[in-house]
Amino acid sequence: MTDAQKEQGIGLGLLKGLAVTLRTMTKRSVTVQYPHVKPDLPARSRGVIALKQENCTVCYKCARECPDWCIYIDAHKESHEPAGGGRARSAKILDRFAIDFSLCMYCGICVEVCPFDALFWSPEFEYAEYDITEMVHERERLEEWTYTVKPPPALEDGAEAPEEAAS
Amino acid sequence: MMFLAEASAIDDLFSGYWLPLVLKALVVVILFLTVPLAVGYMEHKVLAHMQARMGPMEAGAFHGWAQLMADGAKFIQKEDIVPEAADRTVFSLAPGVALVPYLIVLVVIPFGADLYALDLDIGIFFVLAMSSIGVLGVLMAGWASANKFSLMGALRAAAQLIAYELPLVLAAAACVMLAGSVSMIGIIEGQRDLWYAIPLFPLFIVFMMASVAELTRPPFDMPVADSEIIFGAYTEYTGLKFAFFLLSEYGGIVVMSAVAASLFLGGYLPLPGLSMLPGPVWMFGKIFALSFVIVWLRATFPRLREDQLQRFAWIKLVPVTLVWILAVSVVKVAVK
Repeated sequence: MTDAQKEQGIGLGLLKGLAVTLRTMTKRSVTVQYPHVKPDLPARSRGVIALKQENCTVCYKCARECPDWCIYIDAHKESHEPAGGGRARSAKILDRFAIDFSLCMYCGICVEVCPFDALFWSPEFEYAEYDITEMVHERERLEEWTYTVKPPPALEDGAEAPEEAAS
Repeated sequence: MMFLAEASAIDDLFSGYWLPLVLKALVVVILFLTVPLAVGYMEHKVLAHMQARMGPMEAGAFHGWAQLMADGAKFIQKEDIVPEAADRTVFSLAPGVALVPYLIVLVVIPFGADLYALDLDIGIFFVLAMSSIGVLGVLMAGWASANKFSLMGALRAAAQLIAYELPLVLAAAACVMLAGSVSMIGIIEGQRDLWYAIPLFPLFIVFMMASVAELTRPPFDMPVADSEIIFGAYTEYTGLKFAFFLLSEYGGIVVMSAVAASLFLGGYLPLPGLSMLPGPVWMFGKIFALSFVIVWLRATFPRLREDQLQRFAWIKLVPVTLVWILAVSVVKVAVK
């Protein structure tokens, strides 16, 4: 028996334990009744990866950095003559952008690496399917998920200003 | 004592022998099938809220009140598996042997001054004898399962029963000494002036601890310690037979709470000044209060090791009980 236990007296710890459980019982439980009540997830939740197509420049960085190769990108090059004349300008047009969520391990490297903020984390998580092959989600679905992206939480008091704001 | 000679209320209602007998048996069986369900539901809910959860919320639409009925329906549908090496007869008999003694004990529990199925002269003696038969079912289950974990669980349960039966019986004996009667009604009526929980408070605590140990409920649930021996003697059981063991556990909680309420909390006697509520209300209230305490202990305390369990019974509970009994007998003789 340690000194601390001796000071507490025999059985006092047991009574304290009983008091803790009894007090917990009288408090409201923190459970959210999920299918009936939607959970209020934090803004940074990693539910699903959303794509803002007009920001995508088809640089392929996300597809190349993806550790399990679950991002599919197809694109073609279109060139058009500038109105004022001169050399034809070329632009890459996105034909297909799909993420296979049956392979994705939600590491977020693609979101991290995207140079033009085309990929976002969304807290949306209800996209289960009955067939694993249906877990490949095309760009239309990925675009829809951008509407569920929450604004980032406010910075804490005294925090450094973010780099984007400083530059 | 005049009331002992009186017949119970059901006897008056239907004169004759067989009709009241069958009716009484029926009432007892219905009680035995419904009250443990209520206690089980209470355990679900209380345990959940003590862990900041909600417990069952879906079955039966209102706070999951039908959860245990749904569980029962599930158990009936499950496949009844008997291990190939098992002793089939003993294996199948064991759940019944574990269940029936508690049902029989319920027969002699009075729910009112004239509301009982049977008033045995040997009341508490019969209760204690019957309630220790249950472990025989556990021992049968463990032996017949042909599984080493089952056997170890069963032997632990048996060792535990032997250890805790002694303080249990001694605590009850003190009540008998004070009441001067072994009949359940005699003991309860002896508490008209003072519930025995007050003069015998340490023995009340000892009796509750020993009851919890005899029911192999946490923190004395070493015989079903899932982290080392899976589920003890019940490991090989499935379906209805497993449900029988579960029912015997919850039936046991009800019965041991009822016995403790009768011995120490005045059974169907009301609190002073609250006699407008009838006896059965008080009896059920006390049963549920004590069942709540048993659930509360489960929510709070971790499981004791096997050696701690045995040590606690033999060198703490038994001496405490013996000393207190000595004190009671001295006081009793001195007062006389």
